[in-house]
Amino acid sequence: MNLMMLLEMASDGFGDRVAFCNGDDRLSYSELFRAAGAAANGVASSGTAHLAMLDVSSLALPVGLFAAAWAGVPFVPLNYRLTGSELESLVEQIVPSRVITETERLASLSELAGTQVVGREEFLAAARHEGASSQPSEWSMDPDEIAILLFTSGTTGPPKAAVIRHKHLVSYILGSVEFMSADESDAALVCVPPYHIAGMAAIASSVYSGRRVVQLPNFTAESWLELARRECVTNAFVVPTMLARIVEVLEGRQSADLPHLRSLSYGGGKMPQSVIERAMDLFPETDFANAYGLTETSSTIAILGPDDHRAALASDDPVVRRRLVSVGKPLPSVEVEIRDEEGNALAANERGEIHVRGEQVSGEYLGKGSQLADDGWFPTRDGGSVDAEGYLFIEGRIDDIIVRGGENMSPGEIEEVLLEHPALCDVAVVGVPDEQWGEAVAAVVVCKDGHQAAVPELQQWVKERLRSSRTPERIEFWQELPYNETGKLLRRKVRAQLVSG
Amino acid sequence: MAILKAGTRLRSAVCSTEVMVVAAPKEDIELTCGGVPAIELGSEPPAGVEISADAQNGTQIGKRYVNESGDLEILCTKPGEGSLGVAGALLSVKGAKPLPSSD
Repeated sequence: MNLMMLLEMASDGFGDRVAFCNGDDRLSYSELFRAAGAAANGVASSGTAHLAMLDVSSLALPVGLFAAAWAGVPFVPLNYRLTGSELESLVEQIVPSRVITETERLASLSELAGTQVVGREEFLAAARHEGASSQPSEWSMDPDEIAILLFTSGTTGPPKAAVIRHKHLVSYILGSVEFMSADESDAALVCVPPYHIAGMAAIASSVYSGRRVVQLPNFTAESWLELARRECVTNAFVVPTMLARIVEVLEGRQSADLPHLRSLSYGGGKMPQSVIERAMDLFPETDFANAYGLTETSSTIAILGPDDHRAALASDDPVVRRRLVSVGKPLPSVEVEIRDEEGNALAANERGEIHVRGEQVSGEYLGKGSQLADDGWFPTRDGGSVDAEGYLFIEGRIDDIIVRGGENMSPGEIEEVLLEHPALCDVAVVGVPDEQWGEAVAAVVVCKDGHQAAVPELQQWVKERLRSSRTPERIEFWQELPYNETGKLLRRKVRAQLVSG
Repeated sequence: MAILKAGTRLRSAVCSTEVMVVAAPKEDIELTCGGVPAIELGSEPPAGVEISADAQNGTQIGKRYVNESGDLEILCTKPGEGSLGVAGALLSVKGAKPLPSSD
């Protein structure tokens, strides 16, 4: 079980198909296979222990990923938005390493100890050139070797490196994708950055299904729409903030005018119900899928599929309608259980912590070892519940739970109710320090354009729908909420600003 | 005979077929291809073995092959002329159950 097995099969099965394209540059599966083999020779002879990439998406990305697998070293995509000192602390954890990067960063990175730096274009050109003639070596078949180290976004603490072994990623692919299931004309638009697990999973699943990847290195809604039209894109994945931007840009147009777009999936954060509803109106022919997963689970573990989306949108039954904000049902290869703090399994509709088990679940961090229980279950630290028909609802991080006077409440529950208010388009609920209660419930809300609401009105709105203890004591109106670039709400920032302001 | 483990790579002794074990029961199993016991990937076939006439329907790359009870699943990673089998019974192709595309 090695990522290389997936690429070798693709190269054997449909080597002449275009695998990746970036601008006008294209790489077929057999070219990718040979380039990865040549680059692997370089990695092996350099004596480095990691192959890192500090860069946006380019054709060097799949070459680097598979070259690392071939050479038997972990691939480490680094977040190019981090500042110099943040980056240094990550790079220190992976020495000795070879770092592929853009030209502008070559000088500053080469000063770091134990780090060899190579420019993206130079790396790619050499791999392609040597790939045409060189004899690649064998690769390891040890399924326990590390495929990818991914520093998690650290919304609740400093970044730590999730360890994803070949067996995890390959199990995910074998459990969710059929070999060569894509038509030759299929194309997936990938706009998530390489350091996001969805970016890594997209490469592996596209390679195995034979679907051409169209790379969009720097997302804007306008460039996404333009590229999707030009490349006749059939499949795409976006994070919620991206879909919100796309919907905004399309408002006022008659339709999205993307006749080839069959499937649009999203994940990586909570999707506001209003955004997905408007998107479904704008893309009536497109199948929507909501994917829920974590870095530590090698991407998707649950999916709300197209039929569920349509049934929910068309339904007057509030139980069915609410499924539009669920993440659907677990993959057949994955088990999910909701448990209380003592570890007891909870019944339908009871809120607790989401635990997950399956071959794709790594649950391991560099230097900290595996967090899996002896029986393989992984506590995700995500709160959630499962309804009577098995639909999974995410309530946010357990660590964000507000404890008010000894009562635990999840921000997600209060946010969901506030978002139903007709004047609001975005909301964040956090706990703030309170002398009397320990923590008090505070809400930051964003009004839709041309709408306004009063604090007592919003408090009454929550009080009528939830217990009075869940009514926000404090409500502030902001122009927008702070998100990271992959669509995760930065609660730390909301809390910090409320406390200091 | 051997205990097959998920991830184990094997090759046919009589054709170009290569496979990976996806799932297997925890008991001794002898996987055959072309009617002859499959061997470890990278090892040389024993001398004098020949493909059996009743086991040459061929294997297809990317297809999964299962036994009747469904507890053995084998992924074909390189195709060949032989058919996969266990204890004299040929394995059959597992039907694909498509999931919505999620990435």
